[in-house]
Amino acid sequence: MMHLPLTQTIDQIFVLSKAWIMGHVPVAFQPISSAILSVAPVLVVFPLLFAITTVLERKGLGRMQNRYGPNRVGPFGFWQPIADGIKSLTKEDVIPRTADQVVHFLAPLLLVLAAFLAYAVLPIGRNMVIANLSAGVLFFFAIGSMVELAVFMAGWSSHSKYSLLGAMRAVAQMISYEIPLVLSSIVVIMATGTLSTVAIVDAQTRYIGILPHWYVLTPWGFCGFVLFMIAATAESNRSPFDLPEGESEIIAGYYIEYSGFKFALFFLGEYLGMFATSGLAITLFLGGWSAPFSFLTWIPSYLWFFLKLLVFIAAFIWVRGTFPRLRMDQLMGFAWKFMLPMSLLNLIDAAVWHLMPHNILRWLVCIAILAIPCFLLSLNLKQRKQLQIRTYRFAE
Amino acid sequence: MLGNGLLKGLAETARNFFGSYVDKDRLTTIQFPEERAPRIEASRNFPFLVYDGTDPQAGLRCVSCLICEKECPPKCIFIEKSTDKKPDAVGKPQFYPTRFNIDVSVCMSCQICVEVCPFDAIKMDNDFEASATGRFSDLLWTKERLAKSNEYYHQVHPTEAADVDAALAAARAKAAAPKPAASPAPPAPSATGGAPEK
Repeated sequence: MMHLPLTQTIDQIFVLSKAWIMGHVPVAFQPISSAILSVAPVLVVFPLLFAITTVLERKGLGRMQNRYGPNRVGPFGFWQPIADGIKSLTKEDVIPRTADQVVHFLAPLLLVLAAFLAYAVLPIGRNMVIANLSAGVLFFFAIGSMVELAVFMAGWSSHSKYSLLGAMRAVAQMISYEIPLVLSSIVVIMATGTLSTVAIVDAQTRYIGILPHWYVLTPWGFCGFVLFMIAATAESNRSPFDLPEGESEIIAGYYIEYSGFKFALFFLGEYLGMFATSGLAITLFLGGWSAPFSFLTWIPSYLWFFLKLLVFIAAFIWVRGTFPRLRMDQLMGFAWKFMLPMSLLNLIDAAVWHLMPHNILRWLVCIAILAIPCFLLSLNLKQRKQLQIRTYRFAE
Repeated sequence: MLGNGLLKGLAETARNFFGSYVDKDRLTTIQFPEERAPRIEASRNFPFLVYDGTDPQAGLRCVSCLICEKECPPKCIFIEKSTDKKPDAVGKPQFYPTRFNIDVSVCMSCQICVEVCPFDAIKMDNDFEASATGRFSDLLWTKERLAKSNEYYHQVHPTEAADVDAALAAARAKAAAPKPAASPAPPAPSATGGAPEK
């Protein structure tokens, strides 16, 4: 066990230490202790990442609006999440009298549960995955659709028109964007011929020269990645697709009737879902835990995964700080008139890429298949109706 | 081209993000408890009683005419008029308030008391840090707490205070001047509410 070179030992330090602990556990307890040892780090690391993200997001958004952001608690305000956590724990937990008590209680738990379950198939390092399912990607999407159920449970059980409207919006939006989300990830499954997330990452760990064999570096991979990320933003209800929350119209959408720690659980679930979909995007298109250049492979694989995840989080914050919220018809129009045709075209593009001989012509044809329809569809999306002074026909 | 505006927006926020670390002028926020912006002269938020001279109680301009108490829309002013007269800052015997209370939690900062006062005795302050910890002891301000000097008034509202002082001085000069025999008319009420009785 100790004959590995140092870099590999550091890379596999968690795997090796788990194996070492397992060696000291009686055989009867080995399955359960193995499960605990695999799950516990995920249960610690990702909520911690959530805490860090909240403060980074608030500071980042502040800077984008030329403000300081939180800077009171601790050095540079970095203990802000602790203050927030204490606050949400000490707040009164209000349940509306007319609410469906059981469903109202279960909804935030189900949301967090669904978000955590998705991490079971994410390879966060070499040999570091909780369950290497042969249908990992399918499992991920199946679990991801549990979020819709949790959201609708919250909206329905609250017995409030705002929360019901928010839940309706959320379900409409999530179902609409789930289709491009799944379709844009199918191109990767076509390329690798497997649904296992571990095998998908392994297929991308080769290098051509110094460049990695990541799917994002192909025309269909790039298009699929962009579509996937737009759909992932909509799936995780983040700005500019945050209509279900819509602070300015329906106050907080489906979780308006929640307070205290349940409210915090909704936030936790939302951010965990965002990390999980980002993790899947990394796994599918950005080579998972593999290094971006062949000469950087000495850096441990799990660090690469988390570095990529942090870049994704930064991009999400940047997008949130920039774009205004879409209107409902724009949101739906974008999903069905642009995302869906593009993701279907992307499937054809991936097929063409695999069938054509490996030369420069393949690149040109595949880029053209995507770029020309993208341009035409964008013309269709443009609003031809110009803004004008409103004229009244009857009231003068 | 689709996405042009999106990229422009992203560039703008990125410029703000990095610019705020380089260029301190971008950050317009004043870090309040440590730094304070100068109080705005035109702002008003709570009335105070003006006194002349050095003694905050004896020098109060208020003669407890009770006009402000009657005019106050939310009825937050409570005055008890004295039964005797005491000399004011100028030395003229006047009635004075034995009690002058304003309930801070009721006051709506409408400034009507200031507008109706014929003696320029009550004016608006712009001290906004009026938070209190005692619910019963700190929200009813007595005349001891309300009394603030004319110098303080000059400090918070310099232009207005100068006008008021000029009007008061003119009124006093008119009152002190030897009265022409055939002039029964009282001094004309001035726009600034000069005190004709002083």
